Amino acid sequence: MQVNTPLDTSTTVQVESSERPVWARRQAPLVRWSLTTFMIILAVLMIFPFLYILSTSFASFQDTTANNVLVIPQHPTLEGYKWLWNGGVILPAFGVSVIVTAAATFIGVLLTAALAYGLSLRGLPGSKFFLWVVILTMLISAGLIPNYLLVRQLNLLDTLWALILPGVVSGFHVIVMRQFFMNIPQELIDCAHIDGANDWQVLWNIVMPLSKAVVAVIALFTAVAQWNSFFKAILYLSDSRLYPLSLIVRMLVLQGQTPTDQMSNLSTSAAPPPELALQMAAVVVTTVPILLIYPFLQKHFTKGVLTGSIKG
Amino acid sequence: MQAVKPAERLSSSRSQPDVGRGQGERPVPLKTRLWRYRWAYLLILPGFLYFVIFHYVPLWGNIAAFQDFSPYRGYFHSPWVGLQNFSDIFSNPDIGYVIWNTVLLSMLQIIFAFPAAIVLALMLNSMLSERFKRFMQSVLYLPHFLGWVIIISIWQQFFGGDGLINQIIQALGGHTIDFITNSAFFRPMLILQVMWKETGWGTIIFLAALSSIDMNLYEAAVIDGASGWRRLWHITLPGIRNVIIILLILRMGSILDTGFEQIFLQMQGVDIRVAQTIDIFTYIQGIQGGQWGLTTALGLVKAVVGTALILLTNKVVKLLGEEGLF
Repeated sequence: MQVNTPLDTSTTVQVESSERPVWARRQAPLVRWSLTTFMIILAVLMIFPFLYILSTSFASFQDTTANNVLVIPQHPTLEGYKWLWNGGVILPAFGVSVIVTAAATFIGVLLTAALAYGLSLRGLPGSKFFLWVVILTMLISAGLIPNYLLVRQLNLLDTLWALILPGVVSGFHVIVMRQFFMNIPQELIDCAHIDGANDWQVLWNIVMPLSKAVVAVIALFTAVAQWNSFFKAILYLSDSRLYPLSLIVRMLVLQGQTPTDQMSNLSTSAAPPPELALQMAAVVVTTVPILLIYPFLQKHFTKGVLTGSIKG
Repeated sequence: MQAVKPAERLSSSRSQPDVGRGQGERPVPLKTRLWRYRWAYLLILPGFLYFVIFHYVPLWGNIAAFQDFSPYRGYFHSPWVGLQNFSDIFSNPDIGYVIWNTVLLSMLQIIFAFPAAIVLALMLNSMLSERFKRFMQSVLYLPHFLGWVIIISIWQQFFGGDGLINQIIQALGGHTIDFITNSAFFRPMLILQVMWKETGWGTIIFLAALSSIDMNLYEAAVIDGASGWRRLWHITLPGIRNVIIILLILRMGSILDTGFEQIFLQMQGVDIRVAQTIDIFTYIQGIQGGQWGLTTALGLVKAVVGTALILLTNKVVKLLGEEGLF
């Protein structure tokens, strides 16, 4: 079934902008070269830190203690990753982050889509009221303390639900998705209703498959936000066994704690831990999942942001 | 709820008031319509309940601002103290620099980080090679998707006591500079971090505005012999002026938000009178110090000031003859 969703229009805009008229293709050589040089410097400034972190994560103990400038380790090893693994905190934290991210994305998309679909129905009695309930959440929100007290009163402190539930549905996402749903031809939905489908079936079998792009945007944004979330964990967790990756990275890198304290029985091995490499290994482990989904993100986010900003 | 303007605008694209899905001429009785939409209501219910619990209950929880609140007594049994919490805020000896730090950081961001995105967008827009431009965009957007913990971890590898920059300084025979815990460097560092992380992402909306400028305007200008700078000044900038203004208005609304994580993660060792902002103060005094009423009141003041600033900026912008947000 091919239906033109508004997504298709934004791709044509991109194509048009790449075909510049003849007069716009000329640029004074000086302008052109300084622009190119600046962009290359900028690209280096953006990319080099990541390469540096990556290379440091492979550094050996001698490399990090040597008194010369360290960019490429002379004796690359996997020691940093080994110590990180043996430290025993990174795997549980990774697990927590994966569970929390998966749960929040699933719940977020499901609730957002269901609500957005309901709000996209023209004749639904009370739809304006529900729409305002959503819009108002974007205009006014409570401060830190009332939100904390709510989580506390719901008895969610020190549970993973405290990381998942607050902020899992965003009013902005609901409005963006609703806007997409409203652009799906009404005839399709009417046909399905005539064939005896109820709204749940229409949403699941017709609307959602046609809105894959917007669903992807919202899923990816929810997932990234959740993966990076740090504040909620600091706020709601005191049990260190529930710590997500971001808190472990802070512990290891920014507070300089090593997981080695808990493994004194292993410290009989000859080489001391390459502390810096271990820290950077933790940073790499946390960053790689984002890098892996980045191509998908990039494919969708510009469209998502633009639709949101123009229509929302 | 009766017709309210923005809602009307949002639903206008398929407004077909009160006839339901049917194309029939006769009005359908409410009961029939409610029954017809029973599945839809079921779909709305979870999301609706979510917003009620996680947005509207905390909003109501702001009443703690007028109580000597304690979580054990709860909202219903905590004694009412009127405006005591609000007057306590302003007699707090720390509040002066807390507010100053917050506003100063926001202003620095508006002065440095905000225009940077516009300039970068203009530069990207004038790049002739579409492939190089796409490459730059993917590189520039990336840091937006990394958490502050990662950004600051990376940052400290460069600016820390034995970070790369200090290694280079030492190799060149200089003395190491304490970038991280030196209070004088604290604010510039925060601004630079924000710029590194968010400037690329900030260009998206300006690039969109730039691509919607009518090409014929440029063509006419070229025929009339306008130079590149004149085209920039007379066509490009006016073309994105509205977007700039709208973003500025929205930015004014969050002038008291300075981001908790970025500062919280690197305030250790820095003079508290430089590092502490409203959000940090709220966390320390509220969550850690148990001054629930006082910090709720501060949150309420913050929200009201934010809304007031949006309205005020919007008014000023309109008085200056611009379009404004609403």
